[in-house]
Amino acid sequence: MTAAAIDRAIRAAWRIEQPRLITTLSRMLRDVSLAEELTQDALLAALESWPATGVPDKPGAWLIATAKRRAFDQLRRSKMLARKHEMLLHELEREQETMPDLDTALDDNFGDELLRLIFTACHPLVSREARVALSLRMLCGLTTDEIARAFLVPESTVAQRIVRAKRTLSESGLGYETPRGEQLSPRLASVLEVIYLIFNEGYAAARGEEWLRPQLCDEALRMGRMLTRVAPQEPETLGLLALMELNASRTAARTDAAGEPVLLLDQDRARWDRLQIQRGMLALARARDLGGAGGFYVLQAEIVACHARALTPGETDWPCIANLYAQLAALVPSPVIELNRAVAVSMAEGPQAGLAIVEGLVDEPALKSYHLLPCVRGDLLQRLGRYREAQAAFEAAAGLACNKREQGLMRRRAREAIEAAGR
Amino acid sequence: MRFMYIVTSPQPMKGPSPELMTAMQTLSEREIKAGRMIDNGGLMPLQTGARVRIADGKLSVTDGPFVEAKEVIGGYAIFELRDKDEALAMAKEFMQLHLDHMPGWEGTCELRAFASPH
Repeated sequence: MTAAAIDRAIRAAWRIEQPRLITTLSRMLRDVSLAEELTQDALLAALESWPATGVPDKPGAWLIATAKRRAFDQLRRSKMLARKHEMLLHELEREQETMPDLDTALDDNFGDELLRLIFTACHPLVSREARVALSLRMLCGLTTDEIARAFLVPESTVAQRIVRAKRTLSESGLGYETPRGEQLSPRLASVLEVIYLIFNEGYAAARGEEWLRPQLCDEALRMGRMLTRVAPQEPETLGLLALMELNASRTAARTDAAGEPVLLLDQDRARWDRLQIQRGMLALARARDLGGAGGFYVLQAEIVACHARALTPGETDWPCIANLYAQLAALVPSPVIELNRAVAVSMAEGPQAGLAIVEGLVDEPALKSYHLLPCVRGDLLQRLGRYREAQAAFEAAAGLACNKREQGLMRRRAREAIEAAGR
Repeated sequence: MRFMYIVTSPQPMKGPSPELMTAMQTLSEREIKAGRMIDNGGLMPLQTGARVRIADGKLSVTDGPFVEAKEVIGGYAIFELRDKDEALAMAKEFMQLHLDHMPGWEGTCELRAFASPH
């Protein structure tokens, strides 16, 4: 094996063990930040010794033993042995005497520990960017460098965010525990927001390195699955998972051979991932069974599900989609959602009905520089045969579009409108 | 990346020992909660199966058990993992459980990447 192959094998073995490693250490130390550092230390230790010894038969046991030894060392070295630490030390020593084989006992608590860890990494006290970085690092085992490259920010920025977030978590004296009762709903919303943010960064982002984007989607999906497994009774969690699975199912069809984006209605639906659609539909059905219909993520998943169910674009249930957008707009009033509703209504009832909604949005300040507004308007005007107005709308859209490809597309549509007007 | 794991063992197939069963359950529970295992299942012995084969331009059906079969598939699992290195580390952990909890057992865990979008 080459040195590079050994390095990859070590990192892979570490990543496989990472979830159990960090939950075990968090449970032992009741300190997520310290647990995370020791998890990283264990990787460094492995990178030092495994090239000579080979990857051990039980890498998990080796890593946990190493991390625990370092935890002891650190606690002993610490000049200000707080009472908590002293107690911990005794507990740990006793634990080690009485339980040489920790595996079974630790695995029993894995789900609960994981849930605690998720809620801690996504604590609303921590800024959104830091929550994202902390989750990718603590829950997915991504390196600071990988996070930085995925989000196109300097590595030092990500490192700082993580350090600050950890400090906030330690200084706030937060209990390392799963929120219950009244606290649960806002805390869960914070977790779901982080997961969806990571997913969208991978799915929609126009920045970051190409190869890391699908990985961000995968990591978000993994976190979504994690959360639905350790907290299976939350409909919005299932809704988010469904939304992500259904959106991700179209990944292969979203770009053509040249890497150019393909719009939803033009996609080759044979390239949609049926296995993933099935998983999304299953999660959505469970969300509904749990009384989740009408939730923020569930509604969005229902919209995507309408597309996923249609084997051809012509089979799309547009009235249903229009209705779902109306429900979504009532839940979270937003001009962007209204614009989407206008498109669905135009497909269900014709361009005139859609245009009526769009005209109501023209003076919306939030959409002043949003190129999709004149784009949709131009499209509806074109379908109504009002070519001169359509041309003007597409010209306006070209002026607002943020990249060359979209500008080109808008100019082409403007030209087509002129040609149609001349016929 | 999506991977399929197929576990085969020499005939006659022996079911897992209770210790191995427990260890595998612990591992799969962990992997499901970690969001990496998507699906898994054990397969019933060969007599429950059948084979439909094409040879010399003809279909033929053979009911199980197939005495001539040297190796049989005992089970499968589907995982979502980052790369082949991770997939390999996972397979080694799974097979180590067999080594630890069912001494004398021999078999193969083959892993294959799905021909999928990502």
